[in-house]
Amino acid sequence: MTAEQKPIGGKIVTKTFLICLFFVVIAGILLVKRFIYGIGAVSNMSDGYPWGIWIAYDVVVGTAFACGGYAVAMLVYVFNKGEYHPLVRPALLASVFGYTLAGVSIFFDIGRYWQAYNLIVPKYSQLNSVMFEVALCVSTYIIVLWIEFMPSFFDWLNKPQLLRTLHKVLFAFIAFGVLLPTMHQSSLGLLVYIAGEKISPLWQTPFLPLLFLITAITMGYSVVIFESVTSSLAFKRDMEIPLLAKLSGFIPPMLGVYLAVRFWDLVGRNSLGLAFTGTLQGNLFLIENILYLIPTIALLSPIKRTNPRWLFISAVSMLLAGGIYRFNTFLVGFDPGPGWHYFPSFSELMITFGMIAIEIMGYTILVKKLPVLPDIKHA
Amino acid sequence: MNIKRRDFLKVVAGSSLLLASGDVAFARTAKKLPPSAVGILYDATVCIGCKACQNACKQYNEMPAEHTAPEQIWDDPVDLSGKTLNIIKAYKNGTGATKDAEINGYSFVKRHCMHCIDPSCVSACPVTALDKKSDNGVVTYNKNACIGCRYCQIACPYNIPRFEWDDPFPQIRKCQLCDHRYKEGKFSACCEFCPTGASIFGKVIDLLAEAKKRLTLKPGDYYHYPVAHVTSRETSYRPVSIYLNHVYGEKEGGGTQYLLLSGVPFAKLGLPVLSEDSAANRSETLQHTLYYGLIAPITFLGGLMYAVYRNTRKEHEDKGDKL
Repeated sequence: MTAEQKPIGGKIVTKTFLICLFFVVIAGILLVKRFIYGIGAVSNMSDGYPWGIWIAYDVVVGTAFACGGYAVAMLVYVFNKGEYHPLVRPALLASVFGYTLAGVSIFFDIGRYWQAYNLIVPKYSQLNSVMFEVALCVSTYIIVLWIEFMPSFFDWLNKPQLLRTLHKVLFAFIAFGVLLPTMHQSSLGLLVYIAGEKISPLWQTPFLPLLFLITAITMGYSVVIFESVTSSLAFKRDMEIPLLAKLSGFIPPMLGVYLAVRFWDLVGRNSLGLAFTGTLQGNLFLIENILYLIPTIALLSPIKRTNPRWLFISAVSMLLAGGIYRFNTFLVGFDPGPGWHYFPSFSELMITFGMIAIEIMGYTILVKKLPVLPDIKHA
Repeated sequence: MNIKRRDFLKVVAGSSLLLASGDVAFARTAKKLPPSAVGILYDATVCIGCKACQNACKQYNEMPAEHTAPEQIWDDPVDLSGKTLNIIKAYKNGTGATKDAEINGYSFVKRHCMHCIDPSCVSACPVTALDKKSDNGVVTYNKNACIGCRYCQIACPYNIPRFEWDDPFPQIRKCQLCDHRYKEGKFSACCEFCPTGASIFGKVIDLLAEAKKRLTLKPGDYYHYPVAHVTSRETSYRPVSIYLNHVYGEKEGGGTQYLLLSGVPFAKLGLPVLSEDSAANRSETLQHTLYYGLIAPITFLGGLMYAVYRNTRKEHEDKGDKL
């Protein structure tokens, strides 16, 4: 076992664990209903709004929240910033869960799940489809993530031989672990481009892939900060403030580029005026961008970067901004025409809550059992 | 380390340049009308709203009746659905006194798949479940390929594909222009059973010529409207109404094989205002720009492999064998 990370130990069955379990059981029951009676029995999706929160939250927002592993791996292994190494394993763990559960969510969202393998049947594969690329990249990345996370298991099982063998090839998986999210996080934005006039000009733009990619990376860094602060509070550990402060410094320049492209594009297409029409779309656009401005401005200040409260506020704002941006692009800005409405049903929401609960349960079990979190008290 | 990083940045810059410059080079051209494309011309001014087409569609496509009224007796769909592939809808304004007038008038409209020349659903479908026939241009659906992701529904500007929400083994349902009837020498049931000639089947070029001819007619004059098929000798001889000078589907979204004529603006009949470039073309051009021949991803992957290999090797030497 390495000295860098240690399992934090403690009881598995806590009050939080039981609350999560409750949500998981409810979601499980509702999913049985979905598989017996069809998707319409539990969801408010319709032929006008064929995608609801299972896609917009579980997949599109969920995988962006799970970009910590991608964003930190890029920093450590591509840009050779070894000092961020302690953040790799916790970030990867959250990514493993986020992506795996997004993959699971897809299976109860798609209608003909038993034919999902058709994606890789040559006579059916449709290479011009953005969905094809996203589906293939996301599923491959889930496998890559589990391989990238294997060192924690091998440490735990105390198998140095396996660890050494894995290390010989791990660089290739790490490289794929940067390529695949770069491809599918940008393509998630490209997905709705084909919906053309059905997406409000506030969000419909050929820059969707670039905008989705930048925000996926900044959301990745924010998730690392968020998790680090919350797990220090939840497990009563010291915080890795100097490291988080440095990490947060990457966010303002990236968001600066994002906001410049976003507004230059909106002004260029004469669409910015739609933001001030007082409609739901306009108001949510304003909220989305105010939330982007908070981390952009706050994290410019080196003093605020070392302040846990500001770090936390900035990370949460960034995650909300990126989350709302994705909701706006997929649901609020999506207008199939007069008469169509969508708001998730109670059952639909409960299934999503169940997915979030599994993620929290899995994360806490693994950080307690496996050497994932950095051992800062003795560092 | 700096040198390595610079190398890596070069790779990234190179790939981004490739992406940025690709716009014109990799532009996919808009799809053209297949040589023997068939379709439908619907003339709202000739339609009397009898729904014979709706009934014939159900019968010849073996679709179930849909009950929206409490009695549960009649087939009375209010919109397209997993059970209804073709529907007659009505527009009414003010007193509703004058047929085909926008103000104080009414009009019917027949809605079903437009059989786009460059269909978004076909471009969107990841498994070729939706496909466009290369000869007659019919947009077909194959349930054995479909995974039920509903991306076709997101992509279609007309909201045509419908999903069976209340079925544990659902399919996408849409009009396939009665493709299964051609080999018997028949054609779309909705046209065959239309008593007035409001819906006529035929080759798209003939239908477009017929539509353009009707736009040149003088309102009030009498005209022989062919019934069922554009080449039919059976006609309905009736006075010409006032047309809007627009063949809907000639250019919308890159053109469609279902063409419409009307006296009431098409937007009022629920047909979207679309640009002449198809969304499929825009999307695929952007996607091909990013992924043409996988050059950019492979170059990027090469740079990543190199950088990660060098950086992790250095780490092994510095701190012992760990990642």
